[in-house]
Amino acid sequence: MTIRPTSAHTTTELSAPIISVRGVHKTYAGGFQALRNIDLEIRRGEIFALLGPNGAGKTTLIGIICGIVNPSSGTVVAAGHDIRKDYRAARAAIGLVPQELHTDAFESVWATVRFSRGLFGKAPNPDYLERILRALSLWDKRDAKIMSLSGGMKRRLLIAKALSHEPEILFLDEPSAGVDVELRHDMWRLVRELREQGTTIILTTHYIEEAEDMADRIGVINKGELVVVEDKTALMRKLGKKELALTLRQPLTALPAELNAWPLNLSADGQTLVYTFDSQTEETGIAELLRALNQHGIDFKDLRSSESSLEDIFVSLVQQAKGVKP
Amino acid sequence: MNFYGIRAIYHFEMARTFRTLAESIAAPVLTTSLYFIVFGRAIGSRMGEIDNVGYGAFIIPGLVMLNLLNESISNASFGIYMPKWSGTIYELLSAPVSWIEVLLGYVGAATTKSVMLGLLILGTARVFVPYQIAHPGWMVAFLLLTAVSFSLFGFIIGLWADSFQKLQVVPMLVVTPLTFLGGAFYSINMLPPLWQKVTLFNPVVYLISGFRWSFYGIADVDVAMSLGMTFGFLVACLAFVWWAFRTGYKIRN
Repeated sequence: MTIRPTSAHTTTELSAPIISVRGVHKTYAGGFQALRNIDLEIRRGEIFALLGPNGAGKTTLIGIICGIVNPSSGTVVAAGHDIRKDYRAARAAIGLVPQELHTDAFESVWATVRFSRGLFGKAPNPDYLERILRALSLWDKRDAKIMSLSGGMKRRLLIAKALSHEPEILFLDEPSAGVDVELRHDMWRLVRELREQGTTIILTTHYIEEAEDMADRIGVINKGELVVVEDKTALMRKLGKKELALTLRQPLTALPAELNAWPLNLSADGQTLVYTFDSQTEETGIAELLRALNQHGIDFKDLRSSESSLEDIFVSLVQQAKGVKP
Repeated sequence: MNFYGIRAIYHFEMARTFRTLAESIAAPVLTTSLYFIVFGRAIGSRMGEIDNVGYGAFIIPGLVMLNLLNESISNASFGIYMPKWSGTIYELLSAPVSWIEVLLGYVGAATTKSVMLGLLILGTARVFVPYQIAHPGWMVAFLLLTAVSFSLFGFIIGLWADSFQKLQVVPMLVVTPLTFLGGAFYSINMLPPLWQKVTLFNPVVYLISGFRWSFYGIADVDVAMSLGMTFGFLVACLAFVWWAFRTGYKIRN
């Protein structure tokens, strides 16, 4: 399936970032500081995942880049164009799928995607719109009123609207919220295909497995600040911790004092002992630990080691940030 | 200029109009007919002529204006309020359109609809009362100018309103009284001298007077004054919308 023409992407040289956010602050009228000094570069053609708890500023940041929210200060350049001075060119390059299912209930599917394409300044192209609707399994529903669509269909319709003007950059704000598993897989397949065709994709998600699965790079935002921006694999390597869980033969009430020096955690029921170690170091300390346990007569019947997931990393980053800033 | 963008908004708005065509047309045509039956026939037959114009014919320009103002305001205010209310305004805000283009789309569509309706009411009036139009060119000019100005005004109300109630408040509590008191059904010369002065602060007086002049060559106030006031109102509305888009007023945080 090809849902966009190949003649796109000619605006800037390939090496330059496709989006560059510099020193962006946002304080809302009520005094709420949603973003503090955000610097961020999005590379052309990547899938970038923006993670963060609710209210962290993800949607505000996306809103600023897309022109829905005015920044209090700072600059944003998208596809080589300043989003304020040269808003036409910048916005024409961007497609946005909002988090909420905002649709015109009484319009038909076809009318609304046609509207979107026109609004973004593109000449009508029914063939292209048909391809998009087919790719999103909405072609059969083209004459249906939007209010008759299911939540998942509305979500796909918003994607179709965002793609209707052949954007170079696609923002997906919480795209899998309220979408069932099968549909979610279809959607991610589409996202991958778009990326292969050269579209840069920025997404926010609560499903960390998705970011882990999809993204090339990850940014974590918390309380309006970008805590970290890293290649996904580097991030996981850098912050990745391994855990060794030992299921004990005899439950313990407390650890022997001699073992206090080890980073060990005894589960509440005394059945499991968890040892956390850095997967990057040469010496993991596992052999020593097992010897020490043996000396104290602690026997185990099973052992299991696991790598921390992006979710664990995320939680620890957010908690760190919480610790630093009350 | 993003012509495709203007066209998209205009089409979208006109499609909304045609979806509800029956209601859009039936209600104003029915109320106008009622006005003609009650005021034109029943009461009008006992009224003398005003400036040599029969009462039934005299009220036509005022009735057209009454509908034109209400329709222009409600169409344009609803047009921009709906996306605000449903949230679809995100798309408009993220689109490469300037405020002029947004206005051309929304206000253009609202104007089209209210002018169509104004002409329809003129047609309906013809069924009840014979009348002539002394200055057809000026008649169309006043019709257009008023429709554009009040569609702009409606657009502003739509920007300002944050509830359906507020959307109704201005047309109900301000525009309808001003129209009734603006000489839709009488000549302001029929008022006591003090009220003749007071009523000159009502901008609708100028609209109705100018419009009636284009029909019968009679006017309560000078025609140039009517034209000037209408233009002034148009410019004031334009200035407000320009300011609203520049500062993001209630639409862009």
